[in-house]
Amino acid sequence: MTDRLPGFSTLAVHAGAQPDPTTGARVTPIYQTTSFVFNDADHAASLFGLQAFGNIYTRIGNPTTAVLEERIAALEGGTAALAVASGHAAQVVVLQQLLMPGDEFIAARKLYGGSINQFTHAFKSFGWNVAWADPDDIGSFERAVTPRTKAIFIESIANPAGSITDIEGIAEVARKAGVPLIVDNTLATPYLIRPIDHGADIVVHSLTKFLGGHGNSLGGIIVDGGTFDWSKDNKYPMLNEPRPEYHGIRIQETFGNFAFAIACRVLGLRDLGPAISPFNAFMILTGIETLPLRMQKHCENAKAIAEFLAGHSAVATVNYAGLASDKYNKLARKYAPKGAGAVFTFSLRGGYDAGVNLVSNLKLFSHLANVGDTRSLVIHPASTTHSQLDDAAKVKSGAAPDVVRLSIGIEDKEDLIADLEQALSA
Amino acid sequence: MNHDNYDDNYIRSILNGVKSIAMVGASPVNVRPSYFAFKYLAQRGYDMIPVNPGHVGKNLLGKPFVASLSDISRPVDMIDIFRNSSHIMPVVDEALTLSPPPKVIWMQLGARDDAAAEKAEAAGLKVVMNRCPKIEYGRLSSEISWMGVNSRTLSSKRAPIPTQGMRLSLNRTSVGGGATAASDRAAKNKSEPT
Ligand SMILES: Cc1ncc(COP(=O)(O)O)c(C=O)c1O
Repeated sequence: MTDRLPGFSTLAVHAGAQPDPTTGARVTPIYQTTSFVFNDADHAASLFGLQAFGNIYTRIGNPTTAVLEERIAALEGGTAALAVASGHAAQVVVLQQLLMPGDEFIAARKLYGGSINQFTHAFKSFGWNVAWADPDDIGSFERAVTPRTKAIFIESIANPAGSITDIEGIAEVARKAGVPLIVDNTLATPYLIRPIDHGADIVVHSLTKFLGGHGNSLGGIIVDGGTFDWSKDNKYPMLNEPRPEYHGIRIQETFGNFAFAIACRVLGLRDLGPAISPFNAFMILTGIETLPLRMQKHCENAKAIAEFLAGHSAVATVNYAGLASDKYNKLARKYAPKGAGAVFTFSLRGGYDAGVNLVSNLKLFSHLANVGDTRSLVIHPASTTHSQLDDAAKVKSGAAPDVVRLSIGIEDKEDLIADLEQALSA
Repeated sequence: MNHDNYDDNYIRSILNGVKSIAMVGASPVNVRPSYFAFKYLAQRGYDMIPVNPGHVGKNLLGKPFVASLSDISRPVDMIDIFRNSSHIMPVVDEALTLSPPPKVIWMQLGARDDAAAEKAEAAGLKVVMNRCPKIEYGRLSSEISWMGVNSRTLSSKRAPIPTQGMRLSLNRTSVGGGATAASDRAAKNKSEPT
């Protein structure tokens, strides 16, 4: 007898969670504790030596957080996951396993502005060198590959303009180069796109956005696709060489197809320290239970609002991949048939000043630097999230000075349209 | 038998069914994967027998090493082979001379010998390749979930708190068995010439 396979919404509610063994509590309890007692000295030694399954200290792992990790691994179709304090922390921990000083990685130019900064400045001081490529030109990734390239990094749906990346095309470049493809799937969530199914090896998220979904908790996660052979060519010493900090264990040999997630935990999180709070893990878990319902509503509202803006005389351009006329619509239909997400940009005929005016006249949309909230949000990227880039880089990353970014919430769309209407004519 | 992907029920029936496991290539060195697996399976109530000619006269967690399978003086249900793919066939040949023969040949993570598997299956044995019984047991019982591993199983039942020597229930609802698209792709990548 073959089991019936549960669908996405069932996994969003159940994966990773089961009634608490001690109390029978049905909802995952918040294990707000720093540490866990050992049964005896041998148990302690086995746990520290990675020989036994169990909890030690919340910087390394926590039972509430573990439920979050397994749930997202299940939703993404990965072998394991590791939750951390923020999306940015996830990016540092991932690249720390892959790059040594002097190594390189290739990143798509269209990324969240904070990631562009992190890669350009913070990572440079670690000796990790980023080479930029254009996600609309696969050849630019191929040309950027060198013998020191250790990874490729892209966003599935790119912040801020909501453009869709050809994941399979870039996965093929990564495969040929013998390096893993890392996909930041924050704006799509696994409900809209599952990058591992399209050739990604590692998925990262800012859980702060749609996965948590309520604008109340920071978090990040790393999902191991279980697809990459770390032993090949001995390019990845963190995974393949005997680790002195664990008495000579080789992570890949010991942990097989979830070795990357374990390396991130025991070599990355343990030593760098950006652990997520169990309380935040709980809040995000609760958010994920309604992810499918919320994403449907986010996408439905976003499409209606993009259509409204596209027909408005004050609006110059709308970049929403869900519009049939959009440059990315073909890719959206291929990769995100359930909806093109809820973050997109548009520009006003009145330019920079009209953008600033609009933001100040909106009454329901909140002017703030976040996306993926139940509430609708608005921001002017050029003066905020992308302000540290020069003008040319702003344009290349989709944050030109006249561009306004929206993150559409799950309110009634008629109310959102009315708010935009009054603000555009004010 | 498709040895790229195993149905969870296949692995479950093996781990629920066997009681004694001879581990060929068991190491007394406590950072080797074989040591981890030996210790875990012993803790989960299996009758473990370490097989390694280099360590005869010593014990592994209280169990005396034997030099070869034929030196085991009682029936064994499963042979867990912790050797490279190139050393599998002689072990399988020896296993098939045992009387009664074992029910299962299990080759560790990274080990695979299709010809040896075929021979064992022709003799009526079940075969698992390129898997770790510790990981599979931890996965199907969800004990492994503490480290964020996708157990690919669900349960709405309250589980007991594991204690030393306790066998755990492996009868949770499977989510896609072993056949995720990702594991398919990993298996394919592995078999491509490099
Ligand atoms: C696509 C994307 N990736 C990563 C991040 C960084 O996440 P966090 O703020 O949780 O560190 C963000 C935040 O805006 C984002 O939009």
